[in-house]
Amino acid sequence: MKKEKTMKLTLPVEEYMNPGHLACQGCGATLAMRFVLKGLGPKTALCIPACCWAVIDGPFPYSSLEVSIFHCAFETAASSASGLKAGLEMVGDKDTTVVGWAGDGGTFDIGLQALSGAAERNEDIIYVCYDNEAYMNTGIQRSSATPYGAWTTTTPVKHFKNRPKKDINAIMAAHRIPYQATASIGYPEDLVKKVKKAKETKGTRFLHVYAPCPAGWKSRPEDTVKLGRLAVQTGLFPLFEMEYGEKCKLSIKVKERKPVADYVKLQGRFRHLKPEEIQIMQEEVDKRWERIVAQCGG
Amino acid sequence: MKKVMMGNHALSWGAQLGRAQVIAAYPITPQTQVVELLSEMCADKSLDAKFIKVESEHSAMAACIGASLAGARTFTATSAHGLALMHELLHWAAIGRLPVVMGNINRAMAPGWSIWSDQNDSLSQRDTGWMQYYCASNQEVLDTTIQAFKVSEALAVPGMIMLDAFTLSHTYEVVDIPEQDKVDSFLPPFQAKLRLSSDDPRAFGGLTSPEHYFELRYKQQKDMEKAPALVAETGKEYEKLFGRRLELIEAYRNEDAELLFVTSGTTGYTARVAVDALRKEGVKAGNLRIRLFRPFPFAELRKLVGRSGRRVAVVDRNLSFGHHGIFFQEVKSALYGHADGTAVFGYVSGLGGRDISLEHFKEIAADALKRRPPAEEIVWIGVRK
Repeated sequence: MKKEKTMKLTLPVEEYMNPGHLACQGCGATLAMRFVLKGLGPKTALCIPACCWAVIDGPFPYSSLEVSIFHCAFETAASSASGLKAGLEMVGDKDTTVVGWAGDGGTFDIGLQALSGAAERNEDIIYVCYDNEAYMNTGIQRSSATPYGAWTTTTPVKHFKNRPKKDINAIMAAHRIPYQATASIGYPEDLVKKVKKAKETKGTRFLHVYAPCPAGWKSRPEDTVKLGRLAVQTGLFPLFEMEYGEKCKLSIKVKERKPVADYVKLQGRFRHLKPEEIQIMQEEVDKRWERIVAQCGG
Repeated sequence: MKKVMMGNHALSWGAQLGRAQVIAAYPITPQTQVVELLSEMCADKSLDAKFIKVESEHSAMAACIGASLAGARTFTATSAHGLALMHELLHWAAIGRLPVVMGNINRAMAPGWSIWSDQNDSLSQRDTGWMQYYCASNQEVLDTTIQAFKVSEALAVPGMIMLDAFTLSHTYEVVDIPEQDKVDSFLPPFQAKLRLSSDDPRAFGGLTSPEHYFELRYKQQKDMEKAPALVAETGKEYEKLFGRRLELIEAYRNEDAELLFVTSGTTGYTARVAVDALRKEGVKAGNLRIRLFRPFPFAELRKLVGRSGRRVAVVDRNLSFGHHGIFFQEVKSALYGHADGTAVFGYVSGLGGRDISLEHFKEIAADALKRRPPAEEIVWIGVRK
């Protein structure tokens, strides 16, 4: 008799995100939510400010998630989560994991003050930034998370973004929070592992999740996971963990980094770039990679 | 127990006796003593609450909203620019039907920087859906805070309690502190009809189409309309326990008055002194101090002004630029079609904390008694033109 092959499960089988949500085809933010909830489980409450996920979940009276959601004001993911956690504790619920779930605009830009405040106070919350590198929900406007070279509707090709992406992880490291990590939807096992570690840690925890956006990046929906992996393999989005802003550890050690051009060529948002401009991107990536590898002890 | 305390501390005591569970606040002059005392109370455990020391008023209100959604009794305090920074979230709390209670010290808006009193800060928040109470004594501040929790929680409408900067916030008065057990019987723990819990997953405040939004606002207004009766009833219940009655509008010697001042906040107490002085001079004056401004006490005002032929002088320590004093607008609109023959005049005075004195009230009285209706222009009192 032929022996049946069993597949080894590397992710929790439980699903807390249901079909029927309103995301675009190939949405990285949706994968981020699905994986993060697999790691967190049902005793979770999300504070979601204005961002794609404010819409993806579904309109009143529907919700595609099996956890509670508070749709909060744009700049308040961290402050709303701080209050929600305090309130839940005061009414006797000490177990619910409270999560601020915001996009890059809500984190790098308008919500940065509230996030900094919560991190400095070491609020007992997890903050997840799913990063699709622009204001996608409003129609692809640049944010401070938009990388050098990218087209957006407010950085047209004749005047593409000529400043680097803000280093949010360095900002969070400066707050000396108990745990922070970068993750990508292209590496789900690594992502879920980090979510679980965050869940077991007390205090402010920050997860920066790379979430490609076909609509905004002008990439093919079927390339979302590929882009999530290429970002890591090129060194453009290094995956690492950090404790108290110091103990830094690379999660995926990339022996031979792929050229940034491999990542760039799959996306319409970089189509206008000349080879020398792609070279500028490559040099920036190299510099940052070296810095992070050094920080992580080689 | 009686204690001499400043108006700001009366707010802190009100929050403590009301057993606020979560406080989130940011310092601003002249509010600071409210949160300083609450910090002490939380630290020495005389108040079992979590105090979130946020980095802005915007985050203060956001945190209050989150805590209230969890079903916790929630309190904050601010003033002027702090309140303005909260503006977006004042809407959020009210539309989210979260009964946050806050103190606001009425302070003039900059520039130039002013820390002194006027009401443009809170009146600019008139349409956010918060109840607004304007206080005239420290006792009233404490009593109103306790009652505001009860009313707000019953209606799922947040409540804002106003104190004039310095003239009330920093003035020391004797305050009778009610016994905790009696307050507890008056104000049981907050039981939210609906609250966020991970045991009962729900999405709060998701995308709401034109199919649903309108009805939600209709319900909000209908609950707001219940407030005047509930405030009056709650006031009576409080009086039975503590012997002090708070009305929607405090009337003073109004029965036979030919001239009625309409005032709010501490100006209302100056007006009472003016009424006594004017009566000695043979002028039948009276005063109505509007305590509940939102929702507006239409029925109460119409009943109190009622009789035809009276002269009503509304004194505003605020101004809607391009229009009039805001209480004046509101009083006129409330009386329109309900008090024929009543002449209503608007006086703007005391902006940026300039004193509104007894002499000013006499000036207002002299003007109101001779002025012919309709008087559409603003009558400025105490300004160098």
